[in-house]
Amino acid sequence: MGNLQLKSIRKAYGTHEVLKGIDLDVKDGEFVIFVGPSGCGKSTLLRTIAGLEDITSGAIVIDGQDVSITPPAKRGIAMVFQSYALYPHLTVRDNMGLGLKQAGSPKAIIDERVKAASGMLSLDPYLERRPAELSGGQRQRVAIGRAIVREPKLFLFDEPLSNLDAALRVQTRLEIAALHRRLKATMVYVTHDQVEAMTLADKIVVLNAGQIEQVGSPMELYNKPANLFVAGFIGSPQMNFIEGARLGLTEANTIGIRPEHLALSRTEGDWRGIITHVEHLGADTIVYLDTEKAGLITVRLFGEHGFKPDETVFATPDRSRLHRFSPEGKALAETA
Amino acid sequence: MANARISRTRLAFVHVALIVYMIIALFPVVLTIMNSFKTRNDIFRSPLTPPLPSTFSLTGYHTVLGQGDFIGYFENSLIVTVASIFCVLLFGAMAAFALSEYRFRGNLLMGLYLALGIMIPIRLGTIGILQEMVALNLVNTLVSLVLVYTAQGLPLAVFILSEFMRTVSDDLKSAGRIDGLSEYAIFFRLVLPLVRPAMATVAVFTMIPIWNDLWFPLILAPGEKTKTVTLGAQTFIGQFVTDWNAVLAALSLAIFPVLVLYVLFSRQLIRGITAGAVK
Repeated sequence: MGNLQLKSIRKAYGTHEVLKGIDLDVKDGEFVIFVGPSGCGKSTLLRTIAGLEDITSGAIVIDGQDVSITPPAKRGIAMVFQSYALYPHLTVRDNMGLGLKQAGSPKAIIDERVKAASGMLSLDPYLERRPAELSGGQRQRVAIGRAIVREPKLFLFDEPLSNLDAALRVQTRLEIAALHRRLKATMVYVTHDQVEAMTLADKIVVLNAGQIEQVGSPMELYNKPANLFVAGFIGSPQMNFIEGARLGLTEANTIGIRPEHLALSRTEGDWRGIITHVEHLGADTIVYLDTEKAGLITVRLFGEHGFKPDETVFATPDRSRLHRFSPEGKALAETA
Repeated sequence: MANARISRTRLAFVHVALIVYMIIALFPVVLTIMNSFKTRNDIFRSPLTPPLPSTFSLTGYHTVLGQGDFIGYFENSLIVTVASIFCVLLFGAMAAFALSEYRFRGNLLMGLYLALGIMIPIRLGTIGILQEMVALNLVNTLVSLVLVYTAQGLPLAVFILSEFMRTVSDDLKSAGRIDGLSEYAIFFRLVLPLVRPAMATVAVFTMIPIWNDLWFPLILAPGEKTKTVTLGAQTFIGQFVTDWNAVLAALSLAIFPVLVLYVLFSRQLIRGITAGAVK
C-alpha cells in the first residue's frame, strides 16, 4: 500500500520560491517520474516528500495520513541517492539492516529481510564487504537493497543512475523496472534523463521553474504535449519549432514537428533546403537542413542514408503529426 | 627512483633540502638527549660530543627521579594534556557540526566569532583568568589548566573541523535521517569517523603547546601536587646555580610521552588520508 497526495506544496528559501504550488496524486503501485531541467525544483520536491526539507505551505499525504511535519524515518519511505550514500564503516549487511535496527525490529526479521533483498539483487557474495570494496554498480544495488529492506510505502529515487557509466546505467535501469514489477510498490523517481523517464514511468511529471507543466503517460507527453516547454523537453533530437507566419498559417503562432515525422527526398517535397550537417548513427541518420520556408530544421531518418552536406533536398512533414501552439505557448486542439 | 615526471637532480635537491631541515629541527633534541647522559663538566667542556665511556653519567636522571615527585609531574602533564585534547575535540567538533550542518540566523557571524580566538593570544587575559580561578576556588587544581587549554584550543579546532565537515556528503546525512538515526548518532557515527584525519590534525596542533606550556602551570597551578613536567624541570634552574644534568634529563624524559601521543595521532592521520584517496 502506498499512495501519495501533494496538496499545493510551496517551498521558499527566504524570498526565493523554489516550488510554486505543486498538486499531484500518485496511486498505489504507480511509477512516477519527475523530469525537468536542472534547477526546476524536482529534487527539492522529492526531498520535501522524504521530509528532508520542510515545506513552506501545503500538505503531503501518504496513505491518507498528513505527514507534513512527520520526521523522515516515520513516514514509511525509503530513498536511494545519486551518490549511493552508503555508511562507509558498515558492511553491506549492516548498511541494509540499519534502518530496521534503529526502528527496533527483532534480529530474526532483519536477517530474513536482508537475505531476501540481497537475493533479489544478487548481492549475496558481498554481504560482509564494506562499500569501499564494491564497484559503483554494486554500491547502487546495495543502496536499492537498503531501501527494499525497509519495506516502505513509498520508494524515492534521486537520480540513482547518474553516477553510473552508460552500460551499467541501462542494466540498472532494467533492474529497477523489474523490481517495480515484482514489488508492485509505489515509486517516485527524479531524473533529468528523458530516456529513463520514458522507459520506466507509468506517469511522467514535467517540472519547470517550480511548477508542473504537464502530467501524463510517456506516450501522452510524446503525442500530445500540452505546451511548448513539454514539446521541446520530451523527445530527442528536439522537436522543430517553426513560426506559423512563415508557413502562411494563421491559426497557430508556432508549429511543431518532430524530426522523425519529416520525410526527406532529393526530388520533391514541401520545404526546399540545403543540408548543413549529417550524423550517421547506424540505426538512425540525423540530417540538419537550412530550408527557405521553415528555417533550420532537424530530420531523423531510420536506417542508413547517403545524404551529404551541401546537397539540396526537400523535407515533407507528416500532416497528421503537426503540433500547433498559441502565442502563449499552449497547445491548440487538433484541427487537421 | 628517477621516473618520467621528476628528474634525478630535482629529486636530489629536494632531498638535500629536506635533510638540512631535518638536521636543523633535530639538532636541539639530539643535543639535549646526548648531554643528559654526560657529567656536568663534560657538558660544558665539549657539548657537541656524544657521551663516551669516560664522560658517561646518569647523575641527571638520579637527581630527577630521586628529588621531587617527577612521576607525579608526568601524571599531571598527561592528565591535563589528554583531558584538554578530549574537550577540545569533543566541543570543537560539536560546534563545527552545528555551524556546517544547520542553517540559522547569524551562522556566519558565530563562526567568525568562534574563530577570532586564533588571532588573540589567550595570555593577554592571564590576570582576568587568574582572578576568575581564584573566585572559583580552582587555583592549584588541574581543572583550571584543562579549562584554560580547552579555551585556547577551541578556536582552531572549530575552524579546521567546520571546513572539513562541510565536505561530508549531504546525502549520507540524509540517508541516516531516513534510517532513523538521531542527530547525535549522525554526528558521532557518520560524521566523526569521516573527519578523523582532521581530528588528528587538530589533536596534534592542540597537544604540543599544552604539553610545553610553562606560563599557565606557573600562574594557576604552581603547587607541588599539581606541577607539570615543564614546571617541574624549572625547579632545577636556580638564580645562581642551575643543575644542568637534571634539567637536561628532565627535558629528555619529557619528550617521550608526547612523542608517543604524536605517533598515535599521526597514524590516524595517515590512515585517514589513504582511506579517502583510494576510493
